[in-house]
Amino acid sequence: MAGVDDLAKALESTPGGGIILTSIDAIADWARGYSLWMMPMGTACCAMELIAASFSKFDFDRHGSIPRPDPRHTDVMVVAGTITHKMAPAVKRLWAQMPDPKWCIAMGNCAVSGGIFYYDTYSVVRGVDEFLPVDIYIAGCPPRPESLQDAILRLREKVRAESISPSRVRAVEGVLPLPGDPLRGETADAAPEGSDV
Amino acid sequence: MIEPQDTPTDQAAPALPDLDCAPDVVMPEVIYEGDNTIVNIGPSHPSTHGVCRVIVELDGEIVRHAEPVIGHLHRGIEKMAENRTYLQVVPLTDRLDYVGSMYANWAYCRAVERLAGIRVPERAEYIRVIVCELQRIASHMMAIGPAGADTGATSAFMYTFWQRELVVDLFESLCGARLTYNYVRPGGVSFDLPDGWIEKCREFVAQHPAAMLEIDRFLFGNVIFRARTKGIGVLDADDAVSWGASGPVARGSGVDWDLRRDDPYSVYPRFDFSIPVGDNGDVYDRTRVRLWEAIESCRIIGQALDGLAEFEPGTIKADGMPRLLAPRPGDAYDHIESARGSLGVYLVSDGSVRPYRMKVRSPAFCNLALLPLVSEGYTLSDLVVILGSLDPVFGEVDR
Ligand code: SF4
Repeated sequence: MAGVDDLAKALESTPGGGIILTSIDAIADWARGYSLWMMPMGTACCAMELIAASFSKFDFDRHGSIPRPDPRHTDVMVVAGTITHKMAPAVKRLWAQMPDPKWCIAMGNCAVSGGIFYYDTYSVVRGVDEFLPVDIYIAGCPPRPESLQDAILRLREKVRAESISPSRVRAVEGVLPLPGDPLRGETADAAPEGSDV
Repeated sequence: MIEPQDTPTDQAAPALPDLDCAPDVVMPEVIYEGDNTIVNIGPSHPSTHGVCRVIVELDGEIVRHAEPVIGHLHRGIEKMAENRTYLQVVPLTDRLDYVGSMYANWAYCRAVERLAGIRVPERAEYIRVIVCELQRIASHMMAIGPAGADTGATSAFMYTFWQRELVVDLFESLCGARLTYNYVRPGGVSFDLPDGWIEKCREFVAQHPAAMLEIDRFLFGNVIFRARTKGIGVLDADDAVSWGASGPVARGSGVDWDLRRDDPYSVYPRFDFSIPVGDNGDVYDRTRVRLWEAIESCRIIGQALDGLAEFEPGTIKADGMPRLLAPRPGDAYDHIESARGSLGVYLVSDGSVRPYRMKVRSPAFCNLALLPLVSEGYTLSDLVVILGSLDPVFGEVDR
């Protein structure tokens, strides 16, 4: 991976230049992870922070995350704001229009769980994960743009651990909870035999 | 074998008795017919400024009818308020008009104060004026910038958004939140101004008019922007009044009406400010009125900061505020001039600790209703610009 991340350096140190050896997974994930274009599914207050993220002060373009309102151009759907039962079919449809591979970020308490609108209301979907496979949750009402930035960086790590073959997950160290990782709720002893961790 | 029964098929069915009721409603003619094309915009479309769906009937490229379909962000805030105590409703009002949260806070608090007979200390009133005028600036920046972006001038959005960020920073040091402030509370405000805030605010107010004049020159003086917005979406003054438009949308059409001056509330009568009024009622005037209002807001803030020195720091909450308000049975309505127009809150109390009913009179809703009227006869690309110039915020439209 190091070779892929430092592509320029790797090219320079290769005799004759122009040829490096890598795996298809590594180069594909490298390319995907650094240009996560966003589908800004901003519906309510959180959309303001989503807009702020791509404007003067925070400038997300430098992470390669460019908001594109066309679902067919995008890789990651950022659901920012309250999703009502009336809006949910439109969100589902836009998600279906996004080409694979695609990821989803639930930004703000409303998208995570319904947030302030969890109780006493009849029209709000209690969390976008009721109908979308969410990869990253960001808490906050609204979360700061920095949180969204952190989410993009974490999503990049997650993307790096994926394989272009859909049935396989590449184990990249320090990225996903591996067997024995406290995040998985197992102890190190419980790591399966022959595991390389 | 069973004999078929003698069925009285040849007898006439008894006539239904006439009902004593209102005459039948004659359904209006079907709008969508003929060769015109129906185009659906939204509910997720970058140019609708939120989750609005517009069904447009097009004749070639000319809009014959545009029907806004709302309710995609209906969160039932008015109904939720019936299950919250008076103080717990304040955070909900933040989520109404999320581009200008302070206004809904203030309008709601004024209704509560009127209902419960609370007198707010003057320092708190001054602070409320300052934060609400700052909020007006921040909110208008979100109307002027997109007007440029809708017509293809994205750089103006960058400039206005920067000014908005400066205001948001001020709010953040005031109450810790960038967007949902929950700052104006029944009986006063939640915190006094932190140290050094007045100087920071003065710095902002000092640089803001110059920034606005620059935008006035390079956006409103731009030949493309003028061509795209002048004479587009014309709303005449009579229509503005009869459709219930308010705020910059009405003032852009020459309706000289502003609650801050014409139904003065809080400490506004003490300040010297003018109300910019357009005369053509087109997109250009509506948007430019906002820009000049932002400059006037700076004047108000300057005067309010001067006036603030008279009052002892810390006197920001009404005396004897109970923890749980239970106003006597009755009702109260109060309205303020928000960035979008006259924002009113109507509260009914049945004597318990929760409102019996809350109703929000939303200026964004009334202004959005003008869309079919003002977009008819213009092109599809103008529709986007016209919708932006009405500046709807869907949290407030759908509530
Ligand atoms: S999480 Fe909070 S700020 Fe975000 S959409 Fe929901 S209510 Fe608005």
